[in-house]
Amino acid sequence: MASTSTPSLTVSALAAVRGETRLFSDLSFALQPGQVLFIQGGNGCGKTSLLYILAGLRLAESGTVCWAGRNIDDLGKQYHSQLCFVGHNNGVKAELTVWENILGFQLLKPGKKESIQTTIDTLGLAGYEDNLAYQLSSGQQRRLALSRLLFSQHPLWILDEPFTSLDRASIRLFESQVVAHSQQGGMVIITSHQPLDLSGGDAVHLQLDKAA
Amino acid sequence: MSAVMYMIRRDLLLAMRQRAELVNAVLFYSFIVVLFPLAIGAKAELIAKVAPAIIWVAALLSVLLSIDRTFRSDFEDGTLEQLILSAHPLSLLVLGKILAHWLVSGVPLLVLTPLLTLFLGLDAGSIKVLMLTLLLGTPVLSAVGAIGVALTVGLRRGGILLALLVLPMYVPVLIFATVMVEHANSGLSIRADLSMLIAFLILAITLAPLPTAAALKVSVS
Repeated sequence: MASTSTPSLTVSALAAVRGETRLFSDLSFALQPGQVLFIQGGNGCGKTSLLYILAGLRLAESGTVCWAGRNIDDLGKQYHSQLCFVGHNNGVKAELTVWENILGFQLLKPGKKESIQTTIDTLGLAGYEDNLAYQLSSGQQRRLALSRLLFSQHPLWILDEPFTSLDRASIRLFESQVVAHSQQGGMVIITSHQPLDLSGGDAVHLQLDKAA
Repeated sequence: MSAVMYMIRRDLLLAMRQRAELVNAVLFYSFIVVLFPLAIGAKAELIAKVAPAIIWVAALLSVLLSIDRTFRSDFEDGTLEQLILSAHPLSLLVLGKILAHWLVSGVPLLVLTPLLTLFLGLDAGSIKVLMLTLLLGTPVLSAVGAIGVALTVGLRRGGILLALLVLPMYVPVLIFATVMVEHANSGLSIRADLSMLIAFLILAITLAPLPTAAALKVSVS
């Protein structure tokens, strides 16, 4: 299996439908280590569906997604352990404190041994450690969700509109995280309506259009 | 194992922070049990005879009332996706959630029941057997209920569908539990009923997490 030693993501002839609508079809691309895939497209063109399929959370209508040459549906948990996903929903428990939420993230997806306090300081949430998550602003909750990236050691990051309701400083923080991750040979798949400053990273653009 | 412990601790913590939810199901249970003798009237013998049935139907409905929340909040805030993608097998995390649900909904029923049976005029011997059936049966209700919730969690209004799916699967437990109390009352051996309830318990706890995990993955997609 020498040919499969470099992990890369290969998508071939992917098609997705939602209800009766065809979102996209015959979508093919490949992502190499160190690349950032920046997916753009209007509302409802299937960006989130595409990310769900790429994360292995949803089955495609047709086509395949391969990680290191093997179909992700066959890899299952093995593939899940390679990726860090921050979806449209934060996955933050409203009734847990900031501290407890981050502890949970680390237990569910172990990564770098980073202390929770360091993570909270980096997020700019110092002083909010014992606040319940629902007491935070939506931008702060988003930051909390993205804190998964700060200790993630997974080669593939899949981020769905990560920067909604973030302030400039936080956007810059996480942009630099994305760039740093790609420079270390990681892969990032990201959707965003805002233009991103990914200078220093190897960015590939993908424009999703509504299928005819 | 750490995954199971984490889910139990997390769900217990969440339950303690949302005590109103916890109290709801327990109050519902007590209301049914307390109202029944009032509705039947001063027929102490009749009440004592149907008491196990009342207790069990009330327990069953109260578990059904509270089980929906176990997965719905995780589904709504996106935690479920993270659980699926986590480093741990989803079925283990599900097992943790089932055990946590039992600790939060089943155990309070167990604690309350001896007190509530005072209203029903049960004798000490029957109470003992009834408690044994609840101890063995309520975890089954949590485990089997989890399958139903996992199947319906993605639906907008899954409540009635959940009841339709789960209640038939509750029936065997209901029958064997109430029959066991009746057998004990009539001085018959309860070994067969007891063995059945223990078998249900072992099967439910070991097997239910698997279909639940599979159904959750379908619900998320």
